[in-house]
Amino acid sequence: MRLLKSQIDQKHGSGFATFLPEEPEDMWHAYNLIQPTDLIRAKALRRVQKTSDSGSVSSERVKIDLTIAVTSTDFDIGSGQLHVAGRVAVENEYVKLGGHHTLDLELNRRFTLEKVDGWDSVALEMLKEACDTQRKAELWAVVMGEGIANICLITEHQTILRQRVEVAVPRKRRGGIDGHDKGMEKFFWTTLSTLLRQMDLSSAAASTQPEKTVPLLIASPGFVATSFLAYIKAEATRTTNKPLLALLPTILVAHSSSPHVHSLAEVLASSVITTKLSDTKYARETALMDKFNTYIRLDDGRAWYGPREVERAVEKGAVGRGGGVLLISNALFRANDVVERKRWVGLVDRVRDVEGGEVRVLSSLHESGQRLEALGNVAAILTFPLEDLDEEDDEEEEVAEAPVVEEEDMII
Amino acid sequence: MKRMANFVVIGHVDHGKSTLMGRLLCDMKVVDQRSLEKLRKEAGNIGKSSFALAWVMDQTREERSRGVTVDVATNHFETERTRFTILDAPGHRDFIPNMIAGASQADFAVLVIDASTNSFESGLKGQTKEHALLVRSMGVQRIVVAVNKMDTVSWSEERFKDISLQMSTFLTTTSFQAKNITFIPLAGLTGENVTKKVTDPKAKWYTGQTLVEALDTSEIAKRDVKKPLRLTINDVFRGGITNPVSISGRIQAGSVQIGDIILAMPSNETAAIKAIEVENEPVDWAVAGQIPTLHLADIDPVHLRSGDVACDPKNPIKLIKTFTSKILAFEHVLPMSVEVFRGRLQAEGKLKKLVATLNKTSGEIMKNKPRIVKPGEVARVVVELDRELPLEPGTRVVLREGGNTIAAGLLEAN
Repeated sequence: MRLLKSQIDQKHGSGFATFLPEEPEDMWHAYNLIQPTDLIRAKALRRVQKTSDSGSVSSERVKIDLTIAVTSTDFDIGSGQLHVAGRVAVENEYVKLGGHHTLDLELNRRFTLEKVDGWDSVALEMLKEACDTQRKAELWAVVMGEGIANICLITEHQTILRQRVEVAVPRKRRGGIDGHDKGMEKFFWTTLSTLLRQMDLSSAAASTQPEKTVPLLIASPGFVATSFLAYIKAEATRTTNKPLLALLPTILVAHSSSPHVHSLAEVLASSVITTKLSDTKYARETALMDKFNTYIRLDDGRAWYGPREVERAVEKGAVGRGGGVLLISNALFRANDVVERKRWVGLVDRVRDVEGGEVRVLSSLHESGQRLEALGNVAAILTFPLEDLDEEDDEEEEVAEAPVVEEEDMII
Repeated sequence: MKRMANFVVIGHVDHGKSTLMGRLLCDMKVVDQRSLEKLRKEAGNIGKSSFALAWVMDQTREERSRGVTVDVATNHFETERTRFTILDAPGHRDFIPNMIAGASQADFAVLVIDASTNSFESGLKGQTKEHALLVRSMGVQRIVVAVNKMDTVSWSEERFKDISLQMSTFLTTTSFQAKNITFIPLAGLTGENVTKKVTDPKAKWYTGQTLVEALDTSEIAKRDVKKPLRLTINDVFRGGITNPVSISGRIQAGSVQIGDIILAMPSNETAAIKAIEVENEPVDWAVAGQIPTLHLADIDPVHLRSGDVACDPKNPIKLIKTFTSKILAFEHVLPMSVEVFRGRLQAEGKLKKLVATLNKTSGEIMKNKPRIVKPGEVARVVVELDRELPLEPGTRVVLREGGNTIAAGLLEAN
C-alpha cells in the first residue's frame, strides 16, 4: 500500500493518513486498519433520487467524495474485497448527514482514514507494516492427498484457500486396479487445470515482469505429490505449454502429514522450505508457536494461554525483558467494541514499553494465527514460571488414587 | 452357516504384513500356484523376488514399484469353522488414515512384528505401538501377535520370550486383556507356523497354535443385527457395465437385502439396492459384521463419497457440527486444529474446549477446565467440525494432528 499523505501527531496520535492500495493484499491491511468509529473518505458512487417541482421522480448515479463514520467492515477473503459500512459524517448536496452508505474500497482508488480517538501504537505499527514496500514473498501451494487437493495462495500476511478439488478415486480392489489408476489420472487432470486457472499463467507471462514467477509448492503424505509433479512434467512436455514449462524449475515438493490446509504449517516449518522463504513473517510466527507449544508440553508454568491468564501473567511482570513473548492475534484488534480494543492495545503497550518484552501480532489468516485462535487468540511465554493462573474458586481437586487398570475395562 | 470374521493386519512398515498374508492365501489355496509363479517372475524381473508374496495383496503400480502397501487390501479365505476377510493395512506412517479405515472394519487384529535384530526395536519406536493403540481405541479387543521372520534369528526361544514379554507389558497397559493376547512365532516368507506347524528342529520348543488355528479360535464380538442400518461407505466405484454405482463397507449395525431403500448421509439422497455381493459372491442379504458390496440404482455417484454413512431412511443418522467426546490422550492435547477420523471419514475440525480431566476407570471429574491434557490422561473435550458430518453417540473417533495420533475418543450424548 502506498502512503500518499499522512498527518499524524506523534504525541497524541490524532490526524489522518491517505492510502493507495495497489495489491490485493493491501485490502487485508486496510481491513485491519479500519475500525468502527473511524472516519473514512473515499470516492463513492451513489444513486440519488430527485423529486422535481412537478412531482416526477428522477434518479441518477453521481460520483461524490464521501466521508463516513464506520459502523462495520466486511472482508471477503477469497476475492479480497472490502466493504465498509457507515453513516455519512460530512454533508453535501446529495446526501444528508447520518445517511447510510457502504463504501467499496477498490484497488488503485485512494482513501483517507482518520481516527477519532487517535492512532494508537498498534494502529501505527500496522500502518508501518502495511506501507512496507519491500518485495513480498508469495507462494502457491497445493496440499493434496488421494482424491483431494487444496489450492492455496500464501502471501506475507495471509493464507488464502483459493479452491478445493475433490475427485472420487476408487480404492484398490481385487481385479479392479484400472478404476484406481483412471481415478488418479482424472484427479490429477482436474487439479492441474484448476491450478492453472487459479494461477493464470498466461496473463502472468504476458505481463511485463517475467522475473516474477511465483514458486509453487506441492505437499502431500505419501507419494501423491511426486506423482503429481511427474504428471505436470509429462503434461507440460506433451502440450508444450510454455508458461507451464517455465514454472517447472520453481516447483518444490515437500512432505505433509495430511491433505488438509492446516498441515501447511508443518510444511512451511520444514527445512526444505525455510531455506527458500527464510524471512517471511509466516516462518517466524510458526517458529514462535512451536516454541510456545514446547514450553506448554513441559508444563512448567512458563507458557500460558487465554485472555485472563495472560493478563494476570503480565500484571505479575512475567512477560518482560529476557525472553518474555506476547503472542496476540490481530483478530483482537478488529474487535467492534472500542473498549475491548483498548484493553488489548493497553496490554501490548505495557509489555512492549513498560515490561520490555517482545510482542508479536499474528495474522489470523495464517495457520499460526489460527493455532493461536484455538487458544483464545492470545498466549504468552513467560520469563519465570507462574502456577495456578487459571485457578478459579473450585479448589476441591481430589487427589486421584492410582488408577487400578486391571481386568476392568477402561471407560473409553 | 459358518461364522464370519474380519481381521486387520497391522504393524510397522516392512515387518512383513503383506508377505505373511500372501503366504497365508497361497497355503489356503486361495491363490493358485500358477498365479504365484507369474508374480514371482514379474517380481524377479525388477529384482525384487522376495516381494512376490506381498504382491498378492499389493496390486497397484505404485505399491509394487515402491515395495510398500499404500491402501488396505481385502481378501478372503475360509477354514472349517470360519470364513475370514483379511484387511491388510499399510504400515507406513503416511498411510495411517488408510490403516484406520481398515481397522474400523475389523473384529480383531493381527499385529505383525519383525523379530530380527534392531527391526523389532525400531518398530517399537515407530508404528508398532501406534497401531496397537489405534486398534484398541477403535474397539478391537482381541489381538494375535505374529512374531515374524523367526527364521532370521534361527528360531531363538530367548528372542521370542523377550519380544513377548515387552509386548505383553505394553499391550496390557493399553488395556488389552491378557487372555485376549496370543503370541505366535512364525516365518511369513517360508510359511512355517502360518498354516502348518514348524518343522525346523531348532523350533522344537514351540508347541502352541499356528496362526490359522489362533484365528480360528478367536471369539468375535457381538453384532447389532437388530439395530437400524448403519454402513460406513469405504469405497465408491463402478462395479461393471450393469452396475454403474457400487459401494462397499462394513455394516456396523442392522441388515440389508435386495430391494431395500438406503439413505446416504450427509448428501441426504436415497438409493435402491439392486444387488448385494459378499466375498465376491452374489447374495440376497447381508448383516452387521459383514463387508458387502452394494450395487445401487436411482442415485448419482456424486452424492456418495467414501466416509459417508448409508443408513435406514426411517431411522436416519443425524448430522452434527459440534460434539462432546471422552478422549484418551496419546500426546499433549491443547485446544488446537485436529483431524477427526472415523473409518474412511477424514475431516478437519478444531478442539474447542477442554472441559475436564476424568478418572480413568470411574469416569469422575478430576479437574475442571484443564490447561493441557497429558499423554495417558482421560478427558472430556468439545470438538467443532468444519462441516456437518454423520456422527452419533457411541461412535469411536481418532484425533490426529501433524501426522501424530493425539487421542482416541468416544462420542457422548449431547
